[in-house]
Amino acid sequence: MPELTAEVERFSLVIAIGGMPIRVNTADPDFLALLEGRYSGFLGSSENAEVEFEVELVRPGFADPAAEVRVTHRMGRWSLTRGDFRAEWEPASRRGWIRQSANPYSIDAVLRIVHSLVLARQGGFLLHSASALRNGKAFLFAGVSGAGKTTISRLAPPDATLLTDEISYIRRHDAGYVAFGTPFTGELAKLGENVSAPLAALYLLAQGPENRIDPVAPGEAARSLLANVLFFAEDEELVRAAFHSAFEFVSRVPVSRLTFVPDARVWELIR
Amino acid sequence: MSRLFVARNPRVAARCLDGEMMIMSARDSTLFTLNRTATILWQAADGTTPLDEIVQSRICPEFEVEPAEALKDAETLARELAGHEILQISEEPIPQRNAPGESPGESR
Repeated sequence: MPELTAEVERFSLVIAIGGMPIRVNTADPDFLALLEGRYSGFLGSSENAEVEFEVELVRPGFADPAAEVRVTHRMGRWSLTRGDFRAEWEPASRRGWIRQSANPYSIDAVLRIVHSLVLARQGGFLLHSASALRNGKAFLFAGVSGAGKTTISRLAPPDATLLTDEISYIRRHDAGYVAFGTPFTGELAKLGENVSAPLAALYLLAQGPENRIDPVAPGEAARSLLANVLFFAEDEELVRAAFHSAFEFVSRVPVSRLTFVPDARVWELIR
Repeated sequence: MSRLFVARNPRVAARCLDGEMMIMSARDSTLFTLNRTATILWQAADGTTPLDEIVQSRICPEFEVEPAEALKDAETLARELAGHEILQISEEPIPQRNAPGESPGESR
């Protein structure tokens, strides 16, 4: 009796954020099309993906995407779980899998986590901040929800390029840092441009009666930075690395408080 | 009355910036900023110097307080920091290992 085998066709695309290509393989062409739309502008063609994920789609069930994320490391393998997905990733083999329903939010969370883990080992991080490029320099605008990240992004003049209105991508480079555009959006729901530039400043946002820039003490700068770094891993070595990276950052990048009224004149201060 | 020994918990990351000591629990990423007294205690907590000696030599001269009162406050503070797993406390000396090149009171 002949052996019955079924060859499942796999579809694949490469999502390159922060210069790091991640290949995603799926058996579902509709899901592939969904990802192509979601990450348009961040699709690469690299044959040398740094990470490769097999996505297994499951039927949507009751899943809470607001549930707590758990990221643990054991025996050389990262395990990522949230109400709406499970994933594993083995850095040594550069391979992993994601089990989720056909939605863009779960894989988006997996990508953020994987990038945050890779960056933490390299002195970089993902930051809860808007960022923009102007005159060849990148500027970060950090703050809690309501501080004005979306507003300042919306007010950006035509000669400024929006890198993100929600999550900035910071990579250590030589004696400084480089900010990259990301497809991770906030209220503006507009993908950042896939470009990068040396980082010139971090502004801590506050809304007030006038536009002004004030210095921030180093301790407050480090605390504010740490409060806005996206970090998920329950891993002591990586927590230490992220902690010291924040102090390294504030010793190399000017950090100020940017108080602004919500109109376009604030951008006269950002050059 | 037994003496108390205090040691920095090696499972935290610490940095001093402009005299402000910040400590992060490597276990759950909680960030603590120490006040001046806690910073002195943290920096002196080598596991072998008894708490009463730290109070006598480091805290009393800094704050001009009575040793007995200062020791009582320092014990309360040490237990509080131990509760946050920032310090270890014991009635016996606590062996400490510092990484090569590590600054006193800072961990990497």
